[in-house]
Amino acid sequence: MLGRTLREVSAALKQGQITPTELCQKCLSLIKKTKFLNAYITVSEEVALKQAEESEKRYKKGRSLGDLDGIPIAVKDNFSTSGIETTCASNMLKGYVPPFNATVVQKLLDQGAVLMGKTNLDEFAMGSGSTDGAFGPVKNPWSYSKQYREKRKQKPHGENEDSDWLITGGSSGGSAAAVAAFTCFAALGSDTGGSTRNPAAHCGVVGFKPSYGLVSRHGLIPLVNSMDVPGILTRRVDDAAIVLGMLAGHDPKDSTTIQDPVKPFTLSTLTDVSKLCIGIPKEYLAPELSGEVRSFWSKAANLFESEGAKVIEVSLPHTSYSIVCYHVLCTSEVASNMARFDGLEYGHRCDITVSTEAMYAATRREGFNDVVRGRILAGNFFLLKENYENYFIKAQKVRRLIANDFVKVFNSGVDVLLTPTTLRGAAPYLEFIKEDNRTRSAQDDIFTQAVNMAGLPAVSVPVALSNQGLPIGLQFIGRAFCDQQLLKIAKWFEKQVQFPVTQLQELMDDGSSISEIDKLASVSLKH
Amino acid sequence: MWVRATRLGLWSWLGWRRGFTSKADPQGSGRVTAEVIEHLERLALVDFRSQEAVARLEKAIAFADRLRAVDTDGVEPMESVLEDRCLYLRSDSVVEGNCAEELLQNAHQVVEEYFVAPPGNISLPKQDEQEPFSDN
Repeated sequence: MLGRTLREVSAALKQGQITPTELCQKCLSLIKKTKFLNAYITVSEEVALKQAEESEKRYKKGRSLGDLDGIPIAVKDNFSTSGIETTCASNMLKGYVPPFNATVVQKLLDQGAVLMGKTNLDEFAMGSGSTDGAFGPVKNPWSYSKQYREKRKQKPHGENEDSDWLITGGSSGGSAAAVAAFTCFAALGSDTGGSTRNPAAHCGVVGFKPSYGLVSRHGLIPLVNSMDVPGILTRRVDDAAIVLGMLAGHDPKDSTTIQDPVKPFTLSTLTDVSKLCIGIPKEYLAPELSGEVRSFWSKAANLFESEGAKVIEVSLPHTSYSIVCYHVLCTSEVASNMARFDGLEYGHRCDITVSTEAMYAATRREGFNDVVRGRILAGNFFLLKENYENYFIKAQKVRRLIANDFVKVFNSGVDVLLTPTTLRGAAPYLEFIKEDNRTRSAQDDIFTQAVNMAGLPAVSVPVALSNQGLPIGLQFIGRAFCDQQLLKIAKWFEKQVQFPVTQLQELMDDGSSISEIDKLASVSLKH
Repeated sequence: MWVRATRLGLWSWLGWRRGFTSKADPQGSGRVTAEVIEHLERLALVDFRSQEAVARLEKAIAFADRLRAVDTDGVEPMESVLEDRCLYLRSDSVVEGNCAEELLQNAHQVVEEYFVAPPGNISLPKQDEQEPFSDN
């Protein structure tokens, strides 16, 4: 049951094949079994069971709220959840319990979704590995998959088996791991520079970033106000579309949401791609791109072409500057957004009573880790009077050039761009931590952050397993506010590639779960 | 008095930092002087804490310097991707609130309906009075 798609499980609930409480309990027990992944910071067991009970009452009366009623979901820990601790994986907010729900969380709860817990992330969503949080790093479920173990010809069970585990990517690594490990059917992440798409590619799940302005950011603890969006992680494109349908739309509490009416939609199936024009940006052929990813990218392009679509090479000339521009704008906005954490009204507070400034300084020294402090200081540097024009304003100008690159390409008749999501598959943790956070982010965000600068929708779809048995994803970028069309194309592509389901070895070792695994192994993409 | 205090602070600061910034990362731009360090720490109320952090800032600045190569003549800065649209303003009517008790629960020190802060208008202690810079 846990291996099914959201749509399938929803149908099963409506038909009474399983009750919301049973489903919730299965997920809770799986969360306990997969605790070693460290995907969850807080597991809201009581709340979840209560919500499941209420959902069950609704189903018994035949009055379910919709496709999400009774469905277990997880939420990244930088979304405010009323009554449930929200930490952003930082010491600064340990013990902070928000008095309100983020709009997107509220919308999911209003639809009857069951909140399993808050997932782990990089501290304040800064990072590309989900390794720098205050609650420890998140482990990629694929480190324990049968496929990966077989390819690696592991040492006998029990000998250092866990020292070479892989990262999930970041910063929504916990959400991606939670979905990949079947502990929930959908999870919310946030996407500022690729934070939803990067872990989605590394964990073999679908990571969708909506257009900026489509989904409300109210309650999402902000990193970069002009680029943040809530992201959706699911195992199927169709499931992401269902969740998007619930979340999109104007929110009076977030004035950066567009006011155009958003109609709920069902994703129709695309059968004919011959009228499509797919763009391949030539500047994305980076020298660091792994041979395998390049070959999958090329195969995908050929696939579209063989089905009649027009596949052309396009140019985004300012691509090589986008990561630098992002770095300046991101640190500058971070410097501003992190100023609210002073220990006075919420969050961590130290014991200094000498003066307000001393208290603020000490609180922030204790509350933030090196990564956050580094970005705040860099941001403040770029915003100094003598540097403002040369760095911040300059970066804003370059941002316009980058956004215009995309506009030109889409105006020339291209419907969707096809690019890699990451340079290669998930790296082992020990290798990943050899470089510092900023360097890694600059390397790993290369394909994903230009999209945030232009505010476009994008989705990472898992394509195939690498030679090492690890998931590789490819990214589709759409026109602004054409999220539905983008998802339609992604859904067609997903059906063609038939990405295999992960088989978690640890679960297989536990005899009582064999029947679960049998069901999981037999799930196919055809439906 | 404040000016004198900071000048005194700056002198001891410079003496202490001098040996330290001269060892700054050769890859860096050499822009992060002792003065800049102090200024940033005051503005951000966040400390560098180690030589490594200063080196990282130097690298970050050197990285950002790559933007100079882009020709942005005649280009307007872009603040938001939604710049062509009107910002939504809701009507100025009270629809929620009255939750003082809930909000006060998250603070560590409150008295009745006030957040309690230590006395303000006191500048941070001079650098030589603070704990020494440690390499960690």
